[in-house]
Amino acid sequence: MLLQSTSLSFSYPGQPSLSFPDFSLAGGEAVLLLGKSGSGKTTFLNLLAGLLHPSQGQVILDGTVLSALQGHRLDLFRGQHIGIVFQKPHLIAALTVKQNLDLALFLSKKKGGTPTDLLQNLGIVGKSAAAVSTLSEGEAQRVSIARALINTPKLILADEPTSSLDDDHAHRVITLLKSEAAKIGAALVIVTHDQRVKSEVSKVLELKSA
Amino acid sequence: MNLLTLSWRYLSFRPLATGLNVILLAFGLAILTVLLLVQHQFEQKMTRDSAGIDLVVGAKGSPLQLILSSVYQIDFPTGNIKMEEAQRISRNRLVKQVIPLAMGDNVQSLRILGTNHDYLDLYGVKFAAGKAWEKPFEVTLGAESAQILGLKVGDTFSGSHGISVGSHDHDQHAFRITGILAPSGTVVDRLVLTSIESVWYTHDETGGTEADTPTEEHKVSIAVEDGTLDEGIDPHLLPVATQGFPISDQERELTTLLIRYRNPMAAIQLPRMINSGTSLQAASPAFEMSRLLELLGVGINLLKGLALALVLIAGLSIFIALYNSLKERKYDLAILRALGASRGQLMTLVFLEGISLTILGAIFGIAFGHGFLALIVEFSSQEVVSLVDPWVFLAEEGLIFGYALAVGIVASLIPSWSAYQTSIAQQLTKA
Repeated sequence: MLLQSTSLSFSYPGQPSLSFPDFSLAGGEAVLLLGKSGSGKTTFLNLLAGLLHPSQGQVILDGTVLSALQGHRLDLFRGQHIGIVFQKPHLIAALTVKQNLDLALFLSKKKGGTPTDLLQNLGIVGKSAAAVSTLSEGEAQRVSIARALINTPKLILADEPTSSLDDDHAHRVITLLKSEAAKIGAALVIVTHDQRVKSEVSKVLELKSA
Repeated sequence: MNLLTLSWRYLSFRPLATGLNVILLAFGLAILTVLLLVQHQFEQKMTRDSAGIDLVVGAKGSPLQLILSSVYQIDFPTGNIKMEEAQRISRNRLVKQVIPLAMGDNVQSLRILGTNHDYLDLYGVKFAAGKAWEKPFEVTLGAESAQILGLKVGDTFSGSHGISVGSHDHDQHAFRITGILAPSGTVVDRLVLTSIESVWYTHDETGGTEADTPTEEHKVSIAVEDGTLDEGIDPHLLPVATQGFPISDQERELTTLLIRYRNPMAAIQLPRMINSGTSLQAASPAFEMSRLLELLGVGINLLKGLALALVLIAGLSIFIALYNSLKERKYDLAILRALGASRGQLMTLVFLEGISLTILGAIFGIAFGHGFLALIVEFSSQEVVSLVDPWVFLAEEGLIFGYALAVGIVASLIPSWSAYQTSIAQQLTKA
């Protein structure tokens, strides 16, 4: 299995600890992470991304125990092997589309330029020199997907990627995520409460409120 | 793409704030640069130009003016003195050497200074071409003068009356260039040197035409080798005095005398003797210049304070700009971390921004400083400031650079630390 989490729990200071079900995911597989607000969906995602340290348990990605990595090595591992798509695109406004993608390559210390077919598939190939502020919401979200995919990560985490998109774009974004993840053999975890997404992914993990 | 280009993108993304910070810092540093250049070159020139001159004797008036006009060739002379009186002083046992000076004309506002060859030795000049003057109306150009006039050995030109341009021309007699001096970094560079006789005869001509006196006046008696006076020889053809005073049977005038003491005792006795016992005035370059610097000191300190305040404000402004932009950018920083950037890299990013700002400020500041000084010098050819060469670069300017860098580092310290401490998960989940 590519991604495995065992007996994970986390507690915010002064709050009861959240524990998460064990789960595992093979390369190319996708899972939907569902749950009510406050059930800890985003916390779980942050734990999987190594952005938070679990108080118990561990996350193993392709044989590497995430919680065993510290400091810069964890940052670099995340940059190289985990692609994150956020609720909002959050591109760096001071840079162009191309520079945003280059930045992801630079920070993860990966060689090579932006693959054109990735931009082609995402329908943003003509926008590479555009300033971020000139993009539409849908385009910006697709650029942020390109940024998450550019390092050919092993794990793709998407946090409510469709919440600000219309039906047409939402469908397109989910299809893209699924097909690109399958193409590079990455595990895909999508956090959502968007009904439109539920019909697109068969495997579901439901978090229960504590 | 790397951290430096990223920091540049961030800076150029906010051109107004960046520009304001750079300009603020640049102005502060420009003032410091100007002060540094002026002070350094003043002190250097002052000591170099007055080396070997213990006392200046001239007509009564402002002692500072006497020094400025005779040693540094920047102010107007206090007036003329009788050669007879000057010769009496030169015979005093306390005097080791006397160099007489005669002024009154200029060519393109370069002073024509009548003197003897001792003046050349005083500054230890070397010739780039030709040799020193030997006959009336022969001149030797200082290096800068030659450049300004664009003339070479053998060329001729005519001077005009007065210390600065605008007066009538002396076109009856053209000066002929016999030599051009190599640059010496002293006052000599900007002078046109000739014999005292040349200065006299130039003004004889002028007076002659105006008063319509007959030409016979120019046929004066001259002492020749056998000691007798030979009547009827045109003095314009005879060699001039290369040392001491020129010879003349008329009542002639000089402008000032540069005196070197024979012994330390002279410093005490000679000035008092001249100032109280004769109609002349004696002034010491060292004393007058230290008095001048003392007067200027207040102004210099005031400007320095202003410059430091400006630099301090610039530092504060850079700090505020970084801190504010950081607040807007917390999310960006979190994204960078999510993309694989380490805490250290974020810290470096903010540091680079602060330091890029200050380096830009320092480069512009030093450039502004030199440019500003060049402007001042350009518009004040007859004043004290014209002594300063605006395109001299000093090692101390490195200190200004270092100072700016220190301001940048201090200003980025807190912002970069707060970038280091950004919690990614918190930032990313907040939205």
